[in-house]
Amino acid sequence: MSATTHHTIVNLPDQSTAELPKRNYLNNEHGLLSWLLTGDHKRIGILYLISITFFFFLGGAFAGLIRLELLTPQPDLVASDTYNKFFTMHGLIMIFLFLVPSVPATIGNFLIPIMIGAKDLAFPKINLLSWYLYLGGALFTLIALVQGGVDTGWTFTTPLSTHYLNTHVITAATGVFIVGFSSIFTGLNFIVTIHRMRAPGMTWFRMPLFVWSNYAASILMVLGTPVLAITIVLVALERTLGIGVFDPTKGGDPLLFQHLFWFYSHPAVYIMILPGMGVISEVISTFSRKRVFGYTAVAFSSVAIALFGFFVWAHHMFIMGVSNYSALVFSLLTMLVAVPSAIKVFNWAFTLQKGSITFETPMLYAFAFIGLFTIGGLTGVFLGSLGMDIHLTETYFIVAHFHYVMVGGMLMAFLAGIHFWWPKMTGRMYPESVSKLSAVVSFIGFNLTFMPQFILGYLGMPRRYHAYPAEYQVLNVLSTAGATVLGVGFLMPLIYLAWSLKYGAIAGNNPWQATGLEWQIQSPPLTENFIEVPIVDHEAYDYEWLEHKTANEVTTVG
Amino acid sequence: MSEHDQYHDPSNVINPEHAEHHVVQPITYIAVFGTLLLGTLITVLAADVDMGVFNPIIALGIASFKAVVVILFFMHVKWQSKLIKMTVGAGFFTFLVLITMTLSDYISRSWGLW
Amino acid sequence: MDNAIATHPHEHAEHHEHVALPQHRHHFETEQQQREAGSFGMWLFLLTEIMFFGGMFFAYLLYRNWYNPAFVAASNQLNVKEGAINTVILIASGFFMALGVWAAEVRKQKLLVIFLVLTTIFGFAFLGVKADEYHEKYEKHHIPGASFDIREFVNPPIDAKTGQPDQKPMSPDMAQKTQLFFFLYFAMTGMHAFHMILGLGILFWLIWRANRGEFSAGYVAPIENFGLYWHFVDIVWLFLFPLLYLINRHPLK
Repeated sequence: MSATTHHTIVNLPDQSTAELPKRNYLNNEHGLLSWLLTGDHKRIGILYLISITFFFFLGGAFAGLIRLELLTPQPDLVASDTYNKFFTMHGLIMIFLFLVPSVPATIGNFLIPIMIGAKDLAFPKINLLSWYLYLGGALFTLIALVQGGVDTGWTFTTPLSTHYLNTHVITAATGVFIVGFSSIFTGLNFIVTIHRMRAPGMTWFRMPLFVWSNYAASILMVLGTPVLAITIVLVALERTLGIGVFDPTKGGDPLLFQHLFWFYSHPAVYIMILPGMGVISEVISTFSRKRVFGYTAVAFSSVAIALFGFFVWAHHMFIMGVSNYSALVFSLLTMLVAVPSAIKVFNWAFTLQKGSITFETPMLYAFAFIGLFTIGGLTGVFLGSLGMDIHLTETYFIVAHFHYVMVGGMLMAFLAGIHFWWPKMTGRMYPESVSKLSAVVSFIGFNLTFMPQFILGYLGMPRRYHAYPAEYQVLNVLSTAGATVLGVGFLMPLIYLAWSLKYGAIAGNNPWQATGLEWQIQSPPLTENFIEVPIVDHEAYDYEWLEHKTANEVTTVG
Repeated sequence: MSEHDQYHDPSNVINPEHAEHHVVQPITYIAVFGTLLLGTLITVLAADVDMGVFNPIIALGIASFKAVVVILFFMHVKWQSKLIKMTVGAGFFTFLVLITMTLSDYISRSWGLW
Repeated sequence: MDNAIATHPHEHAEHHEHVALPQHRHHFETEQQQREAGSFGMWLFLLTEIMFFGGMFFAYLLYRNWYNPAFVAASNQLNVKEGAINTVILIASGFFMALGVWAAEVRKQKLLVIFLVLTTIFGFAFLGVKADEYHEKYEKHHIPGASFDIREFVNPPIDAKTGQPDQKPMSPDMAQKTQLFFFLYFAMTGMHAFHMILGLGILFWLIWRANRGEFSAGYVAPIENFGLYWHFVDIVWLFLFPLLYLINRHPLK
């Protein structure tokens, strides 16, 4: 492709002539019931988008309260157990109600059937059920919150959660249990859809990488989540009936809880990050107008991450008394996960090389992702090595590490995806300049928030305390200031995206000149996606095919 | 894969994810039913004999054999596509990962401590 | 609209000989695709069930090795006769379910209803025997909790014929661990019974629909997929029976 670089600079279409299609999935049916009882994967994706946005800002509010308390060394804003409730609710909401469903249930729901040329997901009713289960679980979490909160930490660590706390653990656990099934059903639906519903000619290696990465994440959802479910059931039974399976006084082993919990919760971080990686592959390719470098390697690295994800969970337990020999094995396996992650990062970098790069907002978020995810991933290697881990674990270093992966990685990818596919979802463009500003503000705010936390953790500030020695104050003030900037960076998209629903420029079918099947249909799409079943005769990211197709169209119209 | 095949495959028929539908006859089910009852009888009888370490191995062996028979014939996996066979395998594989990796901790916890 | 990348040259070639079933949903191109998608989805759901029970099976494996004497003694308190009868009942129930799938395939409506009813009856028989066993545990104070009694494990009753205790006495500390066994017994069989109850509920619904002839005109997916679920529940029991009831019966005899 590099030989024909001058050809591949595709001009963006003139959007002033674009019109909103008369009939689309948004106006096909009217009324609240037509949304609440819909089987349309696109509408369910939108329903999910609205719900998770609400919970994102709720969880964000708790983050703000945490940072406010840590502004001063003294425990002056709230009592210590209230602070415990803050970080617990922040973790529960952000992980189970935002990060896990974020990209798959919104963007994935909306796009996977279109990307593989299907009319809908394989099981539309189960898809709707999964949204209602999400709402049910969210309701329980909110009830726990209103009743006075939970202070176990999002990990429900035994025996703390079973014996020592007098808060609403059961209610919150029920919420997590139900949300787990919502995630299982989403994953199940994706796997069946990707296997059975592909359009003619859509072979595995012609699928967009977004589909591959969601497929890998779905495998983790289906195989991992039930282990969390049974663990939570056992915790609830232990708490209510005192059954003793995690209780040392009765012969149980609290570490068994850790093993079962992290058997899900480590793969869960890959459930969160993999779909985000898929978004980045799409965005990088589109805005460098090049095929993703090493397509096959990137596709298989998603599956490899999913597979390795099941072999590394005990690195969360190095200081908890697991066997030294076992810890050694888990540490080595943890290093292995770095390989497929690095394959992805290097391949994105090579995709950019000699591409015709443009800097639209999704691309800015994607750049933020690559840098921040790499920092988050590399600090993960520190934490995976046994000696370093003893010094760094349970400090702010670990907090900074997973926020670099989850917020710097996943949230940036989510925002990249939302901006990238916003024209497809709504038919309208977001305002470009203000959104670029918001991407930059988020990036600066993010680094200001979490970079000081790496240093704090290295200096030894433990996590989960609401007071700290006065020496740490400067860095904490920086972090809190950064959180404020970050908050602004996240509020801006909420406002201007809502604004664009009514006042945004009409997008047209393919505002980015991207190659995916979703860009070849109208925006917003029809309820049935395609008028005729598409036949795929080209690979993903084939910009010459696109150019050829566009050229032909002009001749026919002329 | 030839270019032509790809245009003529509305339900992904040419790939290993598909298998021709097969109706299993009652005679097969009766044979399976008999096998399962026999297996149950042997398990109960074997438990009464003291074979030391082999007792649980035999009990689990028979249980696994019965499970495989049920999966292959009652659940039709014998006649299913490779995809379904792999799916069943994946489930048991992940369960084995859970067991072996967790046991690697429990087994070696006291090593070097005596 | 430029969404037609190319038209499908053989779009309706598949439908030449039979009329589309009313249950054929629009987003599947062929009924076969729909059927295979359904059964694949069911299998994926069963994977989650494997992992769900897997957590408990691992807990059992661990504690059985840690507290083997307690687990042996506690296991010997279970009623093998009822356990074995229940195994046979459940296998029979699964057998009739399999026949039910066949009856639906060959479109015999009456036979299908009969087999489904038999499946249900054996399912209830299993739960009945199970309830009797639970009742026995209640009478013997083997339900974990405040009323749990370890006396008979510390001081086993003397056998009238031999004048010896019928099993080796245990230290109170180890005897306490029998409670862990009984907890796992109740959690695992209880979770299994819960799946049976759910299944029986669905069976009533399927019988009602089968009676209206919904599954005897070529649309067998619900029967087939429910069969998969029912057989999976059987398989769980096939492992539970030897693991819980038959750890080490011979010291008794």
